[in-house]
Amino acid sequence: MSETDARPGYFGRFGGQFVPEALSGAITQLEEAWRDAEADPTFGLELDRLRSQYGGRPTPLYLAERLSEEAGLEVHLKREDLAHTGSHKLNNVVGQALLTTRMGKPRVIAETGAGQHGVATATAAALFGLECVVYMGAEDCRRQRLNVVRMQLLGAEVVPVESGTRTLKDAINEAMRDWVTNVDSTHYLIGSAMGPHPFPLIVRELQKVISVESKAQFAAQAGGLPDAVIACVGGGSNAIGSFAEFIDEPDVQLVGVEAAGEGIGTGRTAATITEGREAVLHGARSIALVDEDGQVKHAHSISAGLDYPGVGPEHAMLADSGRGRYVAATDREAIQGFRRLSELEGIIPALEPSHAIGWLLAHGRDELDAGATVILTVSGRGDKDVDEVVKVMTELGIAGDLGNEVVDADPREDPESDA
Amino acid sequence: MSAVTDAFTRARDEGRAALVIYLPAGFPDMETSRACLEAAADSGADVLEVGFPFSDPMMDGPIIQAASQQALDHGYGVADDLDMCRSLTGEVDVPALVMTYVTIPDTRGFARFADEAAGAGLAGAILPDLPAGESDPWVREARRTGLDTVFLASSVSTDDRIDRIAEVSTGFVYAVGLMGVTGVKDVASDDSRTLVERIRSRTSTPVAVGLGVKTRQQAAEVASFADGVIVGSAVVQAASDGEPAGAAHRVADLVRELRAGVGSR
Ligand SMILES: Cc1ncc(COP(=O)(O)O)c(C=O)c1O
Repeated sequence: MSETDARPGYFGRFGGQFVPEALSGAITQLEEAWRDAEADPTFGLELDRLRSQYGGRPTPLYLAERLSEEAGLEVHLKREDLAHTGSHKLNNVVGQALLTTRMGKPRVIAETGAGQHGVATATAAALFGLECVVYMGAEDCRRQRLNVVRMQLLGAEVVPVESGTRTLKDAINEAMRDWVTNVDSTHYLIGSAMGPHPFPLIVRELQKVISVESKAQFAAQAGGLPDAVIACVGGGSNAIGSFAEFIDEPDVQLVGVEAAGEGIGTGRTAATITEGREAVLHGARSIALVDEDGQVKHAHSISAGLDYPGVGPEHAMLADSGRGRYVAATDREAIQGFRRLSELEGIIPALEPSHAIGWLLAHGRDELDAGATVILTVSGRGDKDVDEVVKVMTELGIAGDLGNEVVDADPREDPESDA
Repeated sequence: MSAVTDAFTRARDEGRAALVIYLPAGFPDMETSRACLEAAADSGADVLEVGFPFSDPMMDGPIIQAASQQALDHGYGVADDLDMCRSLTGEVDVPALVMTYVTIPDTRGFARFADEAAGAGLAGAILPDLPAGESDPWVREARRTGLDTVFLASSVSTDDRIDRIAEVSTGFVYAVGLMGVTGVKDVASDDSRTLVERIRSRTSTPVAVGLGVKTRQQAAEVASFADGVIVGSAVVQAASDGEPAGAAHRVADLVRELRAGVGSR
């Protein structure tokens, strides 16, 4: 395992437990519950049953021929967008919800950026009969309204967070405050491979199913190993799950694509590894966008799910050791990825993996060998992003006819209509 | 012996608990925050805690969050906070500790931050999200520069953890007998008393109770079983309850009340 050679709870020099003492009990309890669950065959069996019967796993690995042709590579898409709730987030959530019931806690809380983790958590809460509160930045509630309504339909309470930058990092702060206040009854169902130990480890192990499947699928469908595995990186959960089974395969390149926002060097990005420095954020030592005083900077990305100034500690270690390669795609490149995958393959991806696709289309030819085989994780579907993409494209003056016809066809907008 | 321990000893010799007052640097502005801290010292605080605002105050409730944000919005940085402390510690004769999140000293570099804090006349530091188990690199620099290291203990801390906390704490041990963030709930006396007793059975370092102490009565109650009483949000609230020009007066009034509380056990 990649965390060996380090202190327990560390990936190299990254990780640890930088949390208020009042959370020490909950964190120890979680470590023990995880250890017990791993040793208990019924936990694994129940997880497998839910993954297949409820979650729709395994998700397909699909050879995208038209995209491959455009990219000059052989691109296989790992279709997490086809999993129940429309993203990889359910993999983590079902596992942690099972842990919650094993710990005897009746309530879960979560943070969410794009709303996908909030929807997944609300879904699992419904499934297990748990009370559920989701913290979401007020700015993200606006950007991802569809997901706010989905969460409410699923029975969760959504709390808009007005503090700080009103995005994901502030939602995490608010969830931590709730947790420290209600820790006896509540599990903090963290949504990415970040936070204090043991969260990065638990989330990695639960998301590993992505690469367990894709490795076997690739061997069966294409033969051997891919030359590269590519995934977008927000907190890093779909990426670490996509990488996990390939970390010990030195011939497989691991490429994490962060959000460059308006561009590297503009001061308006969420490219944590590319532009950040070593710092403690949200309970772990990792890499973060902080100024020289240690104040956390505003992150900027078109994608609410990548709009985060931190990254999970295992990615910091993989970047530091050189085993992982971390690059960044701009808002414009992501929009391009979003459009081209829709047009070429009939798959509307979420804005988060659109960064990976956008990077591949813009830079894959230069950065990878011609004809290289690639597994790219489509971590979620894009329905939630349609309105925001039209809005941003209109602002950029590149929307063309997108969205127009719909507005004109609305009878309420037509003064002549007597309907 | 440290100036902080001395302050606790003096209070004990006077037959009372020590009063520890928290206020953030730069709120409502830098000059007023300095005036408020001075007023607290002049009105009976035995120890001052100067908050260095952090962008992501995970352990703070709405009152201190808003104050921190206002200070940051003024554009004050750690260098400004340190400058204010240097002038404050030159004026007041009670020890002052910096209280901030670990990201600030860690990013600046523990060695540099320790040098700067000691150079500003600060007596020590409290870093509430730095558990004792992760504290070695910081404690090393604090010892080198003569800064006290105050760590937090909670009702949920195991005996092993309390041993470790007691081992690395100097000045006092900060006991939190309530689950939550600053400024929301009221102190839970029974849980706090039990925690103080558990810590006392393991160390001779003084034990102060913080989180949820807002009134003279609560201060008196906590003073009946702890060596020190820490008040933060209520003082920040007093500072913000009106025009900045009157902030130091309002702080002084509340601190006198609290001091009467800790003296009446
Ligand atoms: C579809 C999708 N992909 C990726 C992410 C980014 O998270 P992570 O880096 O943990 O996979 C999100 C987060 O909201 C998401 O919704």
